[in-house]
Amino acid sequence: MDDLEELPTAKLLDLYQRLVLLRRFEERVYYLFLQGKIPGTVHQYQGQEAVAVGICDGLSRSDWITSTHRPHGHALAKGIPPNEALAELYGKATGCCGGKGGSMHLGDPEVGMLPAIAIVGGGFTVAAGMGLAFKLQRTGQVAVCFFGDGATNEGAFHEGLNFAAVQELPIVFVCENNLYGASTSYRTVSLVADVADRAGAYGVRGEVVDGMDVLAVRKAGATAIAASREGHGPVLLECKTYRFVGHSRSDVNGYRTRDEETQWRERDPITRLGRALLTAGRVAQADLDRVEVDVTAELDDAVAFAESSPDATASQAVEGVYA
Amino acid sequence: MTTINASDRRAASPACEDGQERRLTIAEALREAIAEEMRRDPAVFLIGEDIGVDGGFGGAFGVYLGLTQEFGHERIIDTPISEKLIAATGAALMGMRPIADMEYSDFLFECMDEIVNQAAKMRYMSGGKLRVPMVMRAPVGTTNRGAQHGQCPESYFVHVPGLKVVCVSDAYNAKGLLKSAVRDDNPVLIFEHKLLYGSKGRQQAGGLDLTTHVPREEYLVPIGQAVIKRAGTQVTVIATHLSLYRSLAAAEVLAGEGIECEVIDPLSLLPLDTETLWASVRKTGRLAIVHEDTLTGGWGAEVAARAADECLFSLEAPIKRIATADVPLPFAPVMEQAAVPSIDRICSVIRGMCS
Repeated sequence: MDDLEELPTAKLLDLYQRLVLLRRFEERVYYLFLQGKIPGTVHQYQGQEAVAVGICDGLSRSDWITSTHRPHGHALAKGIPPNEALAELYGKATGCCGGKGGSMHLGDPEVGMLPAIAIVGGGFTVAAGMGLAFKLQRTGQVAVCFFGDGATNEGAFHEGLNFAAVQELPIVFVCENNLYGASTSYRTVSLVADVADRAGAYGVRGEVVDGMDVLAVRKAGATAIAASREGHGPVLLECKTYRFVGHSRSDVNGYRTRDEETQWRERDPITRLGRALLTAGRVAQADLDRVEVDVTAELDDAVAFAESSPDATASQAVEGVYA
Repeated sequence: MTTINASDRRAASPACEDGQERRLTIAEALREAIAEEMRRDPAVFLIGEDIGVDGGFGGAFGVYLGLTQEFGHERIIDTPISEKLIAATGAALMGMRPIADMEYSDFLFECMDEIVNQAAKMRYMSGGKLRVPMVMRAPVGTTNRGAQHGQCPESYFVHVPGLKVVCVSDAYNAKGLLKSAVRDDNPVLIFEHKLLYGSKGRQQAGGLDLTTHVPREEYLVPIGQAVIKRAGTQVTVIATHLSLYRSLAAAEVLAGEGIECEVIDPLSLLPLDTETLWASVRKTGRLAIVHEDTLTGGWGAEVAARAADECLFSLEAPIKRIATADVPLPFAPVMEQAAVPSIDRICSVIRGMCS
């Protein structure tokens, strides 16, 4: 794997731990949802963890991200504590949005994440506006706009990229191409095989990245973030990835072949990094086991926190509409 | 056909008290408000199409003429034709205070997602952690341009919790309200009627002299406070924009017939100054609502429903709405003027309420 030799072991283990946190968080959420503890629906992130972890590793707390209807991984990777994220999914008063956001609007300004934008393509223009603010304020901040392959056929994609380009805004557009917009194959809705190629239409650099390799994502992300922070305008990264689960909880993936699923699972970003670390002799199996133990403990705490937290109170429903 | 008396200045701003009258048009008052706010707060900036182009026309209605010389192109941002960006919601979320120019309010529909799904909801969805201090200026009103450049779409936005909706009809209030909007931490849409910007008494607007005294001293007009433009005892008339002036002209005609109308400019539709409105309705016992927006589901329907709820037992006649017919706006002047509320139609409906 790229960069394995240059990075210190502590950093590699830290990346590994974050991948595991995102995966195990979603697995917990899945079971808690089935137990009826989480209202509504959830769109889960298993399989795509390398994208959120790799990109957010290059951001500071003062940088901002926009997310999508599938935001759990972005939230954890940007630094929302698992207990506050989980409490939000429960609709608790202690959730990061006080129970007013829920799964699809997970976010927290305190760590630089807007409430997730669950309108497909809704983030492009908001992120462009954020980038405009950073440029005008000369703060050196960067905005990252996460979006799926499905969003690239929205008109907002065109307006957002073009505006960011002509204004040379500090934005990294990160496409998580997981091959399907809900059940619709990307191949059937665009004749351009790589979303990255579309960037050229706006005079923006586009790059295809292996979205199942956290080190590759991290490297491409860091380069793009640095360039855009230095005033060279936006970059579009297309991370080729795959969700290991359905689009939402009711989806059993009847539109995908088991062969395809197996092929992508063989590229699981967690086992891939773990195996590389072991093969290179950078860590022992015990180190990886300890990560699992630590993450399990953190999630046990998160579940306990969410379940013992007070419910959001009904009277708060009509509060907080206006500043 | 009854026309508006060009010398009728009843709708003017508070009288000039120091003898130094300074009459401005709405366009001039808006320009002054923008310049003052931009000098006061470096977070304020302008964004829109054709607003600061060198050798250009200073925005579709000339409001920004001269501002680029003072503030430069960094704070007066000319955009591609991309309303979704002009909304500038993201910039507002990051602490800037954009004043967006929509050129024509009809173009607001190009950025409904940014306004309705993002700007209006971000504060609430974040559990109160975010603020969205943005202003959008949107010209309304029929001017013989057909169905897509003359709508009065205020009502769409009155329906959205999280937004504020302001309608300005004279220079004094336009300036004070725009300054308040810029300082507001919520998204504020300001609707301005295209025929009311200038000073020359455009024939289409009935030859009105729309300049009003605007004090040199700084002032703010609070959002959510209606003004009584003409006091009366028998009928409360609520109207905005050009319909306000037609209502005032109608009130003059009706006064000659012994019908005294109290004409109120709500100035803000969301929030609505129900205290002023209901006090008037309880006094007069009759309510007519006049707007250039189409009838069905227009903001007049909301005012009527609330008035029925709050003032039913004070009413001596059914509440009446005088609005544009439920049609896409026609082009031909004769058809267009038949569709929008005329002075004659206002008079006729109010006479019926008093018979």
